[in-house]
Amino acid sequence: MSAVIDSHHDDHHHGPAKGFSRWLYTTNHKDIGSMYLWFSLVMLFIGGAMAMVIRAELFEPGSQIVSPEFYNQMVTNHGLIMVFGVIMPAFVGFANWMIPMQIGAPDMALPRLNNLSFWILPVAFGILLSTFFMEGGAPNFGWTFYAPLSTEYAPPTVTFFIFSVHIMGASSIMGSINIITTILNMRAPGMTLMKMPLFVWSWFITAYLLIAVMPVLAGAVTMMLMDIHAGTSFFKAGGGGDPVLFQHIFWFFGHPEVYIMILPAFGIVSHIIETFSRKPIFGYSSMVYAIASIALLSFVVWAHHMFTVGMPIAGELFFMYSTMLIAIPTGVKVFNWLSTMFKGSLTFETPMLFAIAFVALFTIGGLSGIMLAIAPADFQYHDTYFVVAHFHYVLVPGALFSLLAAAYYWIPKWTGKMYDETLGKVHFWMSFISVNLTFFPMHFVGLAGMPRRIPDYAMQFADWNMMVSVGAFLFGISQLLFLFIVLKCIYNGKAATTEVWEGAKDRGFEWTVDSPAPYHTFSSPPSMESLKSSS
Amino acid sequence: MKAQKSTLKLILFTFGMFGFGFALVPLYDVFCDITGLNGKVTGPTITSYDQELSTREVKITFITSNNKQMPWSFKSSSPQMKVETGQDYLMDFTFTNTTNKPMIAQAVPSVSPGRGARYFHKTECFCFEQQFLEAGESITIPVKFIIDPELPKDIPSLALGYTLFDVTEEFANLQAIN
Repeated sequence: MSAVIDSHHDDHHHGPAKGFSRWLYTTNHKDIGSMYLWFSLVMLFIGGAMAMVIRAELFEPGSQIVSPEFYNQMVTNHGLIMVFGVIMPAFVGFANWMIPMQIGAPDMALPRLNNLSFWILPVAFGILLSTFFMEGGAPNFGWTFYAPLSTEYAPPTVTFFIFSVHIMGASSIMGSINIITTILNMRAPGMTLMKMPLFVWSWFITAYLLIAVMPVLAGAVTMMLMDIHAGTSFFKAGGGGDPVLFQHIFWFFGHPEVYIMILPAFGIVSHIIETFSRKPIFGYSSMVYAIASIALLSFVVWAHHMFTVGMPIAGELFFMYSTMLIAIPTGVKVFNWLSTMFKGSLTFETPMLFAIAFVALFTIGGLSGIMLAIAPADFQYHDTYFVVAHFHYVLVPGALFSLLAAAYYWIPKWTGKMYDETLGKVHFWMSFISVNLTFFPMHFVGLAGMPRRIPDYAMQFADWNMMVSVGAFLFGISQLLFLFIVLKCIYNGKAATTEVWEGAKDRGFEWTVDSPAPYHTFSSPPSMESLKSSS
Repeated sequence: MKAQKSTLKLILFTFGMFGFGFALVPLYDVFCDITGLNGKVTGPTITSYDQELSTREVKITFITSNNKQMPWSFKSSSPQMKVETGQDYLMDFTFTNTTNKPMIAQAVPSVSPGRGARYFHKTECFCFEQQFLEAGESITIPVKFIIDPELPKDIPSLALGYTLFDVTEEFANLQAIN
């Protein structure tokens, strides 16, 4: 990575320092963005390796290769790493790289805070992963860490887990404060809120969600810490507490959290679809309002994760209807993307392929979400593989595909070089086929009653599970191809033009700077007139 | 500076939300109290009803269970009883410390179905305090209760469940003081 940026700053007064201290002390938004992205790619392979262990164990019924205890550790850490270590840092990485460039700012508003919020992240995950080598093993209570599983019944390493979550939360909060402050104060003259690029809008709202709910998560793990070590009884029924309270607090954080992982994807996909349709996005302002309403609704739907805990009928109905309401703004977005493509001059480069797959497959995940939102039906689906299928559809061909699309879309601007289009398409088709092979059959076994989070299963689920495992291995290999494509692009790619994509120059400030983007961009703010379509 | 001002506001908001996380604890209790969820009813104690209110028969089931590795024996003297609404009843529960060391226990009640909880009035209950038993000691304590005559007609029976928790460590200090 350093080789790339190093070789292109000769004509600037001061470029980056050399060696490791450049990365340790950097306050440059592009350096920090790159570090976030590399970090999440490394975590993707660590979390992915855990998924491979899970699928190898489930390849056939019966106990295959790992003990049930270790299997639980795999499931837990796969979830934690993918959520907090891959999807979230990757979106923050894109925010760091692209938000200053899209709003015409020289850097983030709080560059030193930016450095800190990145560098505490490897510390957090170092702590989490170190628990694998400790007595009692890594956390094994699922990524949702329900009390009392995560308190009274937890392995002793739970304390490390708690501090690691605290640090991840601090990192996200600092990053979000930085993003909001940047967007509020550093936009180019003339860029009113309703002229901001949609990626900026989506992150603006996401950052608010983050600072609203990450402190609540911090509170939840703090209560766990006190229950374990300070003798309090927040979640201990014997002392007057309530374990169900934990679920309420967790999902009050958890539901906005799932939108934190998808809203920036909406922004990314909007940009890609308009670029490769060669049309401005259809219904810009409705897109903004849709994102905002999804964000607001996310605060009043949390109990749909816990329909089976025993709620009064009025509660079930409230959370069922409020959840279904979310389908409306989401539908607005999907139809806007389709309308943008309608009668557009479409071309199908790799980013566009991933973006279209996002629209189609995210919608499948959304529709299974509506099925799960039906409270009476949820008693059947709850804690089955149907739920696993649902959230993997929104997170893998949803959030992860948008990240891959964004990487292909912007990498020519970052490195100044084009990725290999043929290999990119091979990567797309391999990912597309294998992701469906992996997650679609999970709907069937889930509806047939296969419970989630188990290392063994009944015979009748054997065929589908073998198919799922084959798909998962293929998907894992496909992502190694992605790593190869990225490295090939950096070291051996053909030079990219300034505009990169046809007509992109009219759509965003990021396409008006040189390729690769100089170490310092927009030392003086650009003018809105330089963009033909300012939305 | 403008940027500093917005940063400061956002930091304050963050701390506010951290506090809100903790405020959810009492809010949850208040909410459960009002709705009677989780059997968490601590409302006004009713000791008797006007005899002129129409009464009906309700079946009450008693369930006892031990949390985790709680070794005590804990039983109601009968698994079920039929009661008239608006009348006082007693049910005996027997606790036996089966271990060879003194222990303190706490029984936590729960009424099912949840929406019936607010009509189940326990006027005397061992769950209002802890039980301290010497090694091998046994004790029988009654629960005194009234079923509210306003219990919805579609609830023909109620279950009163108790889970017994070992709170020896938590209450060891309290016991020493007493």
